[in-house]
Amino acid sequence: MFKDITMGQYFPGNTLIHRLDPRTKLVLTLLYIIVLFLAKGIWSYAVMLAFLSVCVILSRIKLSVLLSGAKPIVFIIIITGILNLFYTKGEHLLFRVWRISVYLEGLQTAGFLILRILLLICCTLLLTYTTSPLQLTDAMEALLNPLKKLRFPVHELSMMMSIALRFIPTLIKETDKIMSAQKARGADFETGSLRQRAKALLPLLIPLFVGAFRRADELATAMESRCYHGGEGRTKMKQLRMAAADWAALVSGAALTVAVVLLRRAG
Amino acid sequence: MNVIIKAENVDHWYGEDDNRTRALKDISLEIDEGSFVAVLGHNGSGKSTLAKHFNAILTPELGKIYVAGMDTSDKDLVIDIRRTVGMVFQNPDNQIVASVVEDDVAFGPENIGMEQSQIRPRVDAALMSVGMYEMREHAPHMLSGGQKQRVAIAGVIAMRPRCIVLDEPTAMLDPSGRREVINTIHRLNRDYGITIILITHHMNETVGADRLIVMSDGEIIADGSPKSVFTRVDMLRRAGLSVPDTTQLIYLLRQEGFDLPLDALTVDECAAAIYKKFA
Repeated sequence: MFKDITMGQYFPGNTLIHRLDPRTKLVLTLLYIIVLFLAKGIWSYAVMLAFLSVCVILSRIKLSVLLSGAKPIVFIIIITGILNLFYTKGEHLLFRVWRISVYLEGLQTAGFLILRILLLICCTLLLTYTTSPLQLTDAMEALLNPLKKLRFPVHELSMMMSIALRFIPTLIKETDKIMSAQKARGADFETGSLRQRAKALLPLLIPLFVGAFRRADELATAMESRCYHGGEGRTKMKQLRMAAADWAALVSGAALTVAVVLLRRAG
Repeated sequence: MNVIIKAENVDHWYGEDDNRTRALKDISLEIDEGSFVAVLGHNGSGKSTLAKHFNAILTPELGKIYVAGMDTSDKDLVIDIRRTVGMVFQNPDNQIVASVVEDDVAFGPENIGMEQSQIRPRVDAALMSVGMYEMREHAPHMLSGGQKQRVAIAGVIAMRPRCIVLDEPTAMLDPSGRREVINTIHRLNRDYGITIILITHHMNETVGADRLIVMSDGEIIADGSPKSVFTRVDMLRRAGLSVPDTTQLIYLLRQEGFDLPLDALTVDECAAAIYKKFA
């Protein structure tokens, strides 16, 4: 049941994209998403597509892998495509079947929209495929650091996230164990109506939660006895460091923004 | 010899007002620096409660505990006390914090604000001392129980403590994992002079200790070298404890009228004693 949960879907590697500072990647991804909504006209989309393509090629992530990650939203893509295709009115009528007319403008809007959604999905997937969840947590902590001045619990939040990530495999293992134990005593998780199956999960969830609380308690004691006392005065073994490649990546991101904004004016 | 931990008339209760149970009853003891002390007792004997007093997770309700001269009830000294006395717990899964082995070992040094350049060598040295250096980039959940427990020990070693308290570190491990852990702590004691306090209910693990303390019902009922303690087979039985297999064998032979020494603890000694008797 839980075998198909992949952890953050990280594909380890040692390419240029993998080695980039996670902060750079996070910032670039956010920037890319914003610029994606500024894009207008064929040329700006071409630039956006080219930029992401270069990143994908550099990361050596297979296109099929990337696209299969977009599978869950194929339905949404098709629906938005069809709606835009039929409901956009324009001047150049392409053809008319019964009461449905398709205009050239509709085809354009639908095409751009699908491309936009695909690019959106692919750029976020590229981030999670090439960055381990732990690095992402670190990057988030570093980027949110200024909020500490506003008493926002940045360190606590990232500690919680990294502990949650650490315990996912442990809890999955435990779930499997409890399921086997309940199955051995005749529990049935797979058949029956939705209501019955939901009810059957109760004897699974209760021991799981009790176990999780016990773990949390023990972990807190263990952390305390290793001198944990919050984020204050804490150092880090692995400091995030910006290399030349990171600055180059950020500059190219800025160039992308400028290019798209200019093309938007021109187009 | 230097005394690293000193308990003076320590009392501890569990529970609320009416149904309070006295977990520790007037415990006094001193532990020498560099020694290997095993604390033995069945469930509920107070041995884990006592262990938690040694690094200020619990503080005594009556009496005092001193760690290297520092009073554990002094809140300002807590961090220094925990740097001096490290603790390893029963369940390795519930004490590993990070998703990468070396990050977990670095957790302690990071907490005490050690300078970044110093952390890496410490982490590497700690991992080497428990023989886990090759696995430093692994995810903890991919390791065996014995390996996880050795990572937990490395996490404590990285703080360079003078004493390590291990609270039933082998209870959840298979026999080979148990051997890994016991061998590791013996080596740390021998090679680095780290004081070891091993809490356990496995007789056989106490055999190599310098000193054996037996607890029952919140009290210390025996304290001495393992040899001298194990010769008191009847007393151990009353405390709900069995004796090591070797002692058991000799005890039974003695009851049959064979004159054998009860203090032959290791398998070799036991075999030699029996051989001498019957040869």
